[in-house]
Amino acid sequence: MAFSQGFTPHPKISYASAAPTGVASEAEYLEIGLREVVDPEQLRSALDAALSPGLDVLDAVVASGSSLPDRIEASHWRIELPQVHPDVLAKAVALFTAAEEVLVERMTKQGRRTFDARAAVVKIDVIAAPATPSGEPAVPCAILELVVRQVTPSVRPDDVLSGFRVVAGLEPPVAPKVIRLAQGTLTAQGAIVDPLDAERDGATIGGR
Amino acid sequence: MVDGRVPLGIMSVPSTTSRPVAANSVWPQLEPLLPQVTKPIQYVGGELGAVVKDWDAATVRWALMYPDAYEVGLPNQGVQILYEVLNELPDTLAERTYAVWPDLEKLMRAHGVPQFTVDAHRAVRDFDLFGVSFSTELGYTNLLTAIDLAGIPLLAADRTDDDPVIVAGGHAAFNPEPIADFVDAAVLGDGEEAVLEITGIVREWKAEGRPGGRDELLLRLARTESVYVPRFYDVDYLPDGRIQRVVPNRADVPFRVHKRTTMDLDAWPYPKKPLVPLAETVHERYAVEIFRGCTRGCRFCQAGMITRPVRERSITTVGQMVQQGLEFSGFHEVGLLSLSSADHSEIGDMCSGLAEQYQGTNVSLSLPSTRVDAFNIDLAQELSRNGRRTGLTFAPEGGSERIRKVINKMVSKDDLIRTVVTAYTNGWRQVKLYFMCGLPTETDADVLEIADMAHEVIRAGRAATGSKDIRCTVSIGGFVPKPHTPFQWAAMERPEVIDHRLRLLKQAINADRSLGRAIGYRYHDGEPSLIEGLLSRGDRRVGAVIRRVWENGGRFDGWSEHFSYQRWVDAAAEVLPGFGVDLDWYTTRERDELEVLPWDHLDSGLDKDWLWQDWQDALSEYEQDDCRWTPCFDCGVCPAMDTEIQIGPTGRKLLPLTPVNGLKLPTGAQQ
Repeated sequence: MAFSQGFTPHPKISYASAAPTGVASEAEYLEIGLREVVDPEQLRSALDAALSPGLDVLDAVVASGSSLPDRIEASHWRIELPQVHPDVLAKAVALFTAAEEVLVERMTKQGRRTFDARAAVVKIDVIAAPATPSGEPAVPCAILELVVRQVTPSVRPDDVLSGFRVVAGLEPPVAPKVIRLAQGTLTAQGAIVDPLDAERDGATIGGR
Repeated sequence: MVDGRVPLGIMSVPSTTSRPVAANSVWPQLEPLLPQVTKPIQYVGGELGAVVKDWDAATVRWALMYPDAYEVGLPNQGVQILYEVLNELPDTLAERTYAVWPDLEKLMRAHGVPQFTVDAHRAVRDFDLFGVSFSTELGYTNLLTAIDLAGIPLLAADRTDDDPVIVAGGHAAFNPEPIADFVDAAVLGDGEEAVLEITGIVREWKAEGRPGGRDELLLRLARTESVYVPRFYDVDYLPDGRIQRVVPNRADVPFRVHKRTTMDLDAWPYPKKPLVPLAETVHERYAVEIFRGCTRGCRFCQAGMITRPVRERSITTVGQMVQQGLEFSGFHEVGLLSLSSADHSEIGDMCSGLAEQYQGTNVSLSLPSTRVDAFNIDLAQELSRNGRRTGLTFAPEGGSERIRKVINKMVSKDDLIRTVVTAYTNGWRQVKLYFMCGLPTETDADVLEIADMAHEVIRAGRAATGSKDIRCTVSIGGFVPKPHTPFQWAAMERPEVIDHRLRLLKQAINADRSLGRAIGYRYHDGEPSLIEGLLSRGDRRVGAVIRRVWENGGRFDGWSEHFSYQRWVDAAAEVLPGFGVDLDWYTTRERDELEVLPWDHLDSGLDKDWLWQDWQDALSEYEQDDCRWTPCFDCGVCPAMDTEIQIGPTGRKLLPLTPVNGLKLPTGAQQ
């Protein structure tokens, strides 16, 4: 591991658009500086062994070309809203989508800020809840998938939910479950491309 | 970095489905509460060094608690050592639990989630033993929260065979009487062998089909003569409120319970696999005890008195532990801990050897430096070879020569000034000076001398360095008389008097504006100390005060933002008059020689007559030497406990390490 110079050296590590606290994620990316060249797969395996169960390092590649933050243009999220009927959610989504601008408030490190939660949302879909064996979902649960562009200040899933409160008065009765499914570069079609694709050249390095 | 190439990694944070969940885990109930609380990461577990074992394959199961928040509790050495020692046994399982913050406590009560371990999120009530380590009495209210959240009856007397046996340990367990109603047992002294012995007794009792139930198990523990089971002892009181006697209420338990002493620390090189915290904690370092015990004889110091005799860990074992501990954990800081680290017989070689080994790496070494002499600075010089200067703290403890004789801290004002000036001339710009306020026989004048001392330090430092860019910080702690010390008989000073003295001192420091600017001033109010005093020297009647405070919302009393002095004063006023005593009776009252003290039946090895003599010596300002270097002064510990001083030097040196290159791969992975 490489360390910064100076009186209190810090390990060289930087996270690109880390998921907020309390949010699950299947796709976090970070960049670390090393003191010597190592085999990426050995690095992956050593890091994975030192981390908690469930915190899995899936892949490591040698960086080249553009920086990691430059490759993270957008994030794909899935939000589960237990005890919310999909129709209610669909209405809120329609109102949200139709709006030019949806102003929401959040406490940031710079204090309370008001910003638009609408423009950064590239794609937003209500997903049909998976049917239970009886064919009737036991508890209604609305599921949302959305692709949000990386902007400043960042628009997070809870900001979009705040936007639903603003446009449709939607107030989830229990805490929503949020999962980040992917992040990376954004295609014109609103799809997300793995930011490490450039290095991978089609070869699987991490054994995926 | 070579060639400026930077690897990238992908990491996945688990969703509920991918996390391995133990069969009897409360994780599914707990997880939905976590997004609603502060710092949820502290409740998640899975740290490097953490162990999760198969529940059904274990015969004896321990839940170990440090009764404070994760950020304070995780680095605790005692819990880490016992956790590792117990988990090394094939048929034994140990998991950790910490105090939950009030926000989570509220949610747990609302959703019926019990006190859980962070390792496999099992309910504490499911374990055989619930061991709680108290380094301070201010954790008592957190003990009650944990017991209650666990669904265990608050009072030991109400527990059944389905409840774990609650065992208290740590320094505060040398007087467990204030919590005697809430714990089933207490262990005095070193825990390594004690937990193994207790485990053995529980294993055997379970194998026999639990004959006689809980009572028989507790009896077997009591018969070891080193586990105190409060329910087997009755306390009788005199009409004036003092204790008449403490006696066994059954024939087959010992009159006195003795402390445990682990000899030969080289045979117990723990922690080998230190826990690496996930959330931020108060100490993030690999800590190795270089010796246990202290015979400097500072009369206020309970730790020094109750951990005798001095037992050193050899330079080679320390070197090996540091190497393995760092390799396992990846920590960048090493703390060489003990009660007076500069006193280790091989400290010079140890510091230079380690500094040599880790030169050019990012490892920094630190030594709690309290000894007031130039040698301390030599050691600090060695340790800062890597470029990082560790802070220097000197602890004269008392402001005047007179009060330093009372407390047996043998250092003169000239020594101190010379030492601090040496530090300044060697490049330190800042030193910290530690003192106490409220010591026995102390007057305003004793405390005001701290200001003179600080002024002279700055004046001499400026003259020696020719620079105005030097500072010192005066840090003041409140004195609390502790059991098993010569000051166990002493009266505490009232908080108003302490606070007044601290104000006078501040004025005196700032009386000279030029010097005052270079002096930082940190202190604690007198009020929390008074409550700590109530709890440290309390008897079983104080348990009712603790319970009342807890019922009125008392939690995290060691945190100034949570501590409420008024809540303690009110609870004491409600409860204690019923026993014919009050808060003052426990705190500001001086005890006489013949009074039965609540902990007299608990044997720390110290001879009570010697302690009394040392108390008298304190009052007549007579100093006592250290038996490390001078002949035995008969404190009683070695003969009573059949122990001896274990010190070097071994004459060995630390050899240069072969540099470890490359990555530490998991076992089984290809190199």
